[in-house]
Amino acid sequence: MSTISREEVAHLARLARLEVTDDELDAFAGQLDVILESMKTLGEVDTEGVEPTSHAVPLVNVFREDQHQPSLPREDVLAGAPDTAEDRFRVPRILDEEA
Amino acid sequence: MTKLNTYEAAMAAYEPVLGLETHIELDTNTKMFCGCSTEFGAEPNTQVCPVCLALPGALPVANRAAIEATIKIGLALNCRIAEWTRFARKNYFYPDMPKNFQTSQYEEPLCEDGYVDVAVDGRTYRVEIERVHLEEDTGKTLHVGGATGRIHGATESLVDYNRAGIPLVEIVTKPVAGTAELAPEVARAYATELRDIVRSLGVSDVRMEQGSMRCDVNLSLNKPGDAWGTRTETKNVNSLRSVERAVRYEVRRQSALLDGGEKIVQETRHFQEASGETSPGRSKEEATDYRYFPEPDLAVMEPSREWVEELRASLPEPPRKRRERLQAEWGLADKEMQSVVNADAVELIESTIAAGTSASGAVKWWLGELSRRANETGAELGALAVTPAQVAELQGMVEDGKLNDKLARQVIDGVLAGEGGPAEVAAARGLEVVSDTGALEAAVEEAIAANPDVAEKIRGGKHAAAGALIGAVMKTTKGQADAKTVRELILNKLT
Ligand SMILES: [Zn+2]
Repeated sequence: MSTISREEVAHLARLARLEVTDDELDAFAGQLDVILESMKTLGEVDTEGVEPTSHAVPLVNVFREDQHQPSLPREDVLAGAPDTAEDRFRVPRILDEEA
Repeated sequence: MTKLNTYEAAMAAYEPVLGLETHIELDTNTKMFCGCSTEFGAEPNTQVCPVCLALPGALPVANRAAIEATIKIGLALNCRIAEWTRFARKNYFYPDMPKNFQTSQYEEPLCEDGYVDVAVDGRTYRVEIERVHLEEDTGKTLHVGGATGRIHGATESLVDYNRAGIPLVEIVTKPVAGTAELAPEVARAYATELRDIVRSLGVSDVRMEQGSMRCDVNLSLNKPGDAWGTRTETKNVNSLRSVERAVRYEVRRQSALLDGGEKIVQETRHFQEASGETSPGRSKEEATDYRYFPEPDLAVMEPSREWVEELRASLPEPPRKRRERLQAEWGLADKEMQSVVNADAVELIESTIAAGTSASGAVKWWLGELSRRANETGAELGALAVTPAQVAELQGMVEDGKLNDKLARQVIDGVLAGEGGPAEVAAARGLEVVSDTGALEAAVEEAIAANPDVAEKIRGGKHAAAGALIGAVMKTTKGQADAKTVRELILNKLT
């Protein structure tokens, strides 16, 4: 029995905008379980007194000066767009919000 | 139809709790994490690069000027500046962010725990600041196919990413309770003070109508003694006046629902500038799962205490102190100064005085005739087509006796209509006080001859009767005579 439910997988899939079939829900639930189990093993390591790490490189205060760099030519910018109109990215209408 | 209580009825039964979230676009030369220009009004999608488009392999680097500006804002708001802080990814899918996440800050904002004191009706309210953090703005979406450019009825959306990645500072207050019926005024006073503080720092032009400052207004109601109620968050509030209106409207709407035994839904609402109403937007449930995590592509920040103190030392005089100083310099009563502040005329008056006019002259024009013109057209005072230098020039002409008040108002007509500066308009329209005593004397003689009975009264010592003759002279000179001179001429002749 998976500790991750089908509903949780469906929720995650929806957040990530992934389309998942019913069969895949079961398959992914099982696979995610394995991953969580592995994380549990890591959790057994004694980390008493060890600072949590969020970055692999020990760098701080990396800033740039407020100076212009060239932007991309617009043809290149729009080249990756699925569709364009009026020099803009054209996307399906956005639901559920009145903005 | 939405049911609404009167504001007074609502306030008799409920206590409001306010909260404000304000976004301010910084006016750095370049974006937050790349060297793209932030210049407003460029052709769509001409100020974008691999970093702000999040193309694979692109590496963001934080803009030092934006960090400094945010620390300055935090200091000006009496915040603690973090010794250790980092960026986080806020994950969401919406076409206004090409990255599918917004680089923001989560548990470790740059600045925390500050406050702003605002005065309303002679009482000071302390609005506590929860946090000030740095993030990036989104792109601009144009909804097409619908009737009004709004999402309703739109068939598709067109996106311009020039704005995506411009540094955006978010300032969040703690809940503000205890304002009672003054909640709308306190909300507006806070937004005004915040705007003035940020403007004094010179880090943003903070123009609400242009979107460089945006306010979200949170409001809940509770019965006295009860726990705080469920709040709504009103977005799309585009002016200081609307901050006040949005609070007032939500108080009236929520109280009517609560009176009817209904529950308030926690939701985002949109303010409608034209009607002053709020309408429901996206409900929160779906949207809150942003799965924040530390941004791996940006190094953590440890603002040194020397740097912070350096920035603190560079802060300008706080607007509140400055207003107190100017009020004393200009010799205004509290009430007059409050009118100046409410009309957003502090800078205008200061510049007018700097252009060589007396404080009373500058205050007279901006709070009088010019405020009236602004109200007539629903414009902000500062948006009128007249500069402080022109107002100083106009007042100078009045003081030199070249214009009387009536003519000066006609000169303003011309200046506002774009006909040029005061001297030009006066010359072109032939508006000048008649100082030619020969012409004036002739007009006076004429008036006396035409009104023998009035003249007789004045000869008999009734000087007050001179008004009728002055009126007659004004009529023949088309208002271009100086009333005081005319009066003197009349009395000289008859007494
Ligand atoms: Zn860029």
